[in-house]
Amino acid sequence: MHVDALIAPLLNGSAQGALLLLAALGLSLTFGQMGVINMAHGEFLMIGAFAAYLVQQVIVASGLSIPVALPVAFGVAGLFGLLLEVTIIQRMYRRPLDTLLVTVGVGLILQQAALQIFPSQGVPVEKPAWLDGQLNILGYEWPLRQLFTILLAAVCVAALSAWLKHTSFGRRIRATVQNRDLAETSGISTRTVDRLTFFTGSGLAGVAGVAASLIGGTNSQMGAQYIIPAFLVVAAGGIGQLKGTIIAAWAVGVALSYFAYWTTGSLAQVLAFILVIVFLQLRPQGLFTVRTRSLA
Amino acid sequence: MTKPKPWLSLSGIGVFAVLLLAVAPLVLTDHWLNNLGKYCCWAIAAVGIGLAWGRGGMLVMGQGVFFALGAYAMAMHLTLETAGDRIPGFMVLYDPLAPLPMFWEPFRSAGFTLLAIVLLPVLLAGLLGYALFKRRVKGAYFAILTQALAVALATLISSTIRETGGDTGLSDFKYFFGFVLNDPANKLMVYLIAAALLIVCLLAVWQLYRSRFGELLVATRDAEERVRFLGYDPANVKLVAFVVSALMASIGGAMFVPIVGIITPAEIGAAASVLMIAGVALGGRASLFGPALGAMAVGWGQSSLGSTWPEGWTYILGLLFIVVILFLPNGLSSLPARFAAARRRPAEQPAPAIAVAELEEVRS
Amino acid sequence: MSTTSKRMRTLVATGAIGTTMALMLAGCGARAGDETAAGGASPAASCVDTSGSTVKLGFLNSLTGGMAISEKTVSNVLHMAADEINAGGGILGKKIEYVQEDGATDWPTFAEKTEKLLTQDCVAAIFGGWTSSSRKAVKPVVEKHNGLFFYPVQYEGLESSPNIYYTGATTNQQIIPAMDFLAAQGVKRLFLAGSDYVFPRTANAIIKLYAAKLGIEIVGEEYVPLDKDDWTSQVAKIVAAKPDFIFNTINGSSNVGFIKAYYDAGLTAATTPIISVSIAEEEAPAMGHEVTGQYASWNYFQSLKTPTNPKFIENWKKYPNSSGVTSDPMEAAYISMYLYKALVEAAGSFDVAKVNAAAKTNTITFDAPEGKVTLDGDNHHISKPGHIGKINATNQFDIVWASDKVIEPDPYLEGYDWFPADIRKQLTDAAG
Repeated sequence: MHVDALIAPLLNGSAQGALLLLAALGLSLTFGQMGVINMAHGEFLMIGAFAAYLVQQVIVASGLSIPVALPVAFGVAGLFGLLLEVTIIQRMYRRPLDTLLVTVGVGLILQQAALQIFPSQGVPVEKPAWLDGQLNILGYEWPLRQLFTILLAAVCVAALSAWLKHTSFGRRIRATVQNRDLAETSGISTRTVDRLTFFTGSGLAGVAGVAASLIGGTNSQMGAQYIIPAFLVVAAGGIGQLKGTIIAAWAVGVALSYFAYWTTGSLAQVLAFILVIVFLQLRPQGLFTVRTRSLA
Repeated sequence: MTKPKPWLSLSGIGVFAVLLLAVAPLVLTDHWLNNLGKYCCWAIAAVGIGLAWGRGGMLVMGQGVFFALGAYAMAMHLTLETAGDRIPGFMVLYDPLAPLPMFWEPFRSAGFTLLAIVLLPVLLAGLLGYALFKRRVKGAYFAILTQALAVALATLISSTIRETGGDTGLSDFKYFFGFVLNDPANKLMVYLIAAALLIVCLLAVWQLYRSRFGELLVATRDAEERVRFLGYDPANVKLVAFVVSALMASIGGAMFVPIVGIITPAEIGAAASVLMIAGVALGGRASLFGPALGAMAVGWGQSSLGSTWPEGWTYILGLLFIVVILFLPNGLSSLPARFAAARRRPAEQPAPAIAVAELEEVRS
Repeated sequence: MSTTSKRMRTLVATGAIGTTMALMLAGCGARAGDETAAGGASPAASCVDTSGSTVKLGFLNSLTGGMAISEKTVSNVLHMAADEINAGGGILGKKIEYVQEDGATDWPTFAEKTEKLLTQDCVAAIFGGWTSSSRKAVKPVVEKHNGLFFYPVQYEGLESSPNIYYTGATTNQQIIPAMDFLAAQGVKRLFLAGSDYVFPRTANAIIKLYAAKLGIEIVGEEYVPLDKDDWTSQVAKIVAAKPDFIFNTINGSSNVGFIKAYYDAGLTAATTPIISVSIAEEEAPAMGHEVTGQYASWNYFQSLKTPTNPKFIENWKKYPNSSGVTSDPMEAAYISMYLYKALVEAAGSFDVAKVNAAAKTNTITFDAPEGKVTLDGDNHHISKPGHIGKINATNQFDIVWASDKVIEPDPYLEGYDWFPADIRKQLTDAAG
């Protein structure tokens, strides 16, 4: 066996893991920190991808359009998330399990709306020219686009953790999560905190959507393929644990890639799912956990 | 909460039985009777979901798995019955020389097939439930895990095209345990079996809800820790409910096959599993009739509204999830009680029983 | 505990009564072996009523769910063909009245709606379907009720039914011409990439048989589930296998992911070209410039210069909800409606038996946008010209190869000695 036969799945898998991480990052906020199970997260990802397409219709120079699309997708998907929080989710904090079903309904509506608004076959999102080409790593020609996905995930993780740790808003979020009543008594507006957390979580889905639009099709069905894997990653990583989510996403991505290399693409999906399910049976609290009782 | 009188529920089941077994065959056309049979299959699975989710608080998002066990066991038997001595046609295509896969062989036997429809879900749900509940996996984790299982199974079936028929599924069954399926009289028989099984399932949960076990199950849903301190193991209570609900899903799946004439992975995957939940939520998860009636209503909506206004149906289904869960967490069957309560004590809002329990689950 | 067991007994008794009631009825039904007996498996009498001034036809396409992305256009073009026929006076002087049903990308729904169209709406014929799975779900139902189903998409062949007319290509009209084209290009190493379902699996089984005959080595074969877009792992395997050409049987949006991963990995049309059988003018725009220069094998392209094509394109562009481009499955759907009109007018009746008898004359033709097509009355497929096109920058196809004459349909590949006779026999036995 060539060395590139071993290295290729590792690198490809890392990129797949990075995309999973981007999809899961927002969930680790809304699910991990707020306990909301947003099944429409995949559709927010789709909104991000369509936002990238619309940006490309305005900014024709493809070299610039993707950097511009990233913040736009973040904002647009975030606003959709905010709208969802204000209209529906905020009435449901007392019964988080039911948010799962409500957001299934939201997802259905968003999917059908996208099918009717945009060309049914989907729209193209063009990759910028500076992402053409490969990087030779130990004999394997690694696509630059994959490196971009990994860098994007790294930037999002860094920004998110810095924001949570070092800004006063991040401190307010953590305070609210740990003790809502105490936070409120200390003068923190938990309503604002909830809204901003949900805005950020949904916005991150939008960023993931831009990355996904460079990998697959941009159409009404695209979100559906990410939602369950993303939830599994958050669960396997341990609730509210950023580092757990990162490791879990990477592990799933790499496992998926090696499985695909050794077996078939379909079987790889099945094996990766079973791997995570078995892992969660053995360690239901996930990789990391601070509070043993945080298990939902 | 006042308990409804038991005879009231029982006579309700009686009326339902007369409607399904006697009135429906007389007034409905063959096509709509067959559709009603299909809704009955979903309703059987829904009764089980009502037990596990409504009474037990376990959001079973992967009932498609158990639906599949029953459905594929039945479909494999009917396929072999139709093929006779030959290898089923779809298998020839991918490898003409290979023999029938090993796991198909026992399904030639009618007795083994019926046993498998009952035992396979019991074994799998028992194993899965034991592992999950003993480790106290619940709430959203349980929901996502079961849903992931449904997705994994659907993908597995899709990718094993020679062994299971893949995405196309199994179809074109000519016989049902020796009876010609094309004959309208036999179609009626199949419908009646499905309807009778639905009634049996309703009777079974009616009995369970009245029993000590039913009370323990609700207690486990509302305050698991307290049940534990009282000396019961909540895991066992949940396990029984989960296994029974799996068995019902399997029975529903098994009857779905001769009625609809086809089974595919799409009927068991994420979307199908969620659709099963939709009916239960609409009808009222914790009530006796709610899940069955809700499932039938969703099935009917799909057949009729889906015809006249397909795009609209998707929106309606989406809105149904939102409106019902948001404003009517106990489903349509809670409406009469709500009106009554509102008339008696206009100022007081009836507190939803479910909310408290789930709050505890996530925040505890 | 005794009360419980008594209750259980009541419960069991009630259940038993219901089941017995059901089984008692079984006495009336036919058992295996008496299919020929009266009341057995003979199809129910047709309820089609054409005595008025209209004829009812059913359209069955997925308007929701994953396949809606492809099938909506077929539905629209069927409506257009019906409107055209109505403007020209209808079929046998009767205006078409259509009933549109949604298959919802769910094969049991296709079966249910077929039954509804035939027994509730009493339509004279049904048009639609896209995936092979949807057709296989419709087949038993349309045979049971002795209806007619017109299927407009290229497929894997090895099928025929007295109740189905196939207006898309069978394998010897699309896949075999594509393989001949590859052999003529001097291709020695071929990689097969497909979605994981019946069409790619069967098509690739046939491709492998023919490749052995042509001396083309199959250097790899990869499948990805229909609903998955990510092809990066599989493309890495393609890069390692170093094929001369890739035969692509991927369907739907997964194609976009495939093309992107291919391009990311540095593969290009110049070095490792792709020949596709599911990418047409409709699909190409969603893939952007990255698909430019790749090949596709179809019978119809929008760029074909035939007498009737300009009118077809013009009518479609004017039609409400038009996507603006025409494609092979759309054109095959358009053919199916006109073919039905020709069949009925030759038969002088909407009756299924008479329509099938008219087909048997082998004289039913239509001047289609792809050229003149003739219906084969025995296998219910139509003759078609073979074309290979190359995608240009405007997402149109430049024709690079055309068959000398129209290719007669041969769904069971009887004219090809490399196709094993025993497989053919087993398949026809299993079907019969």
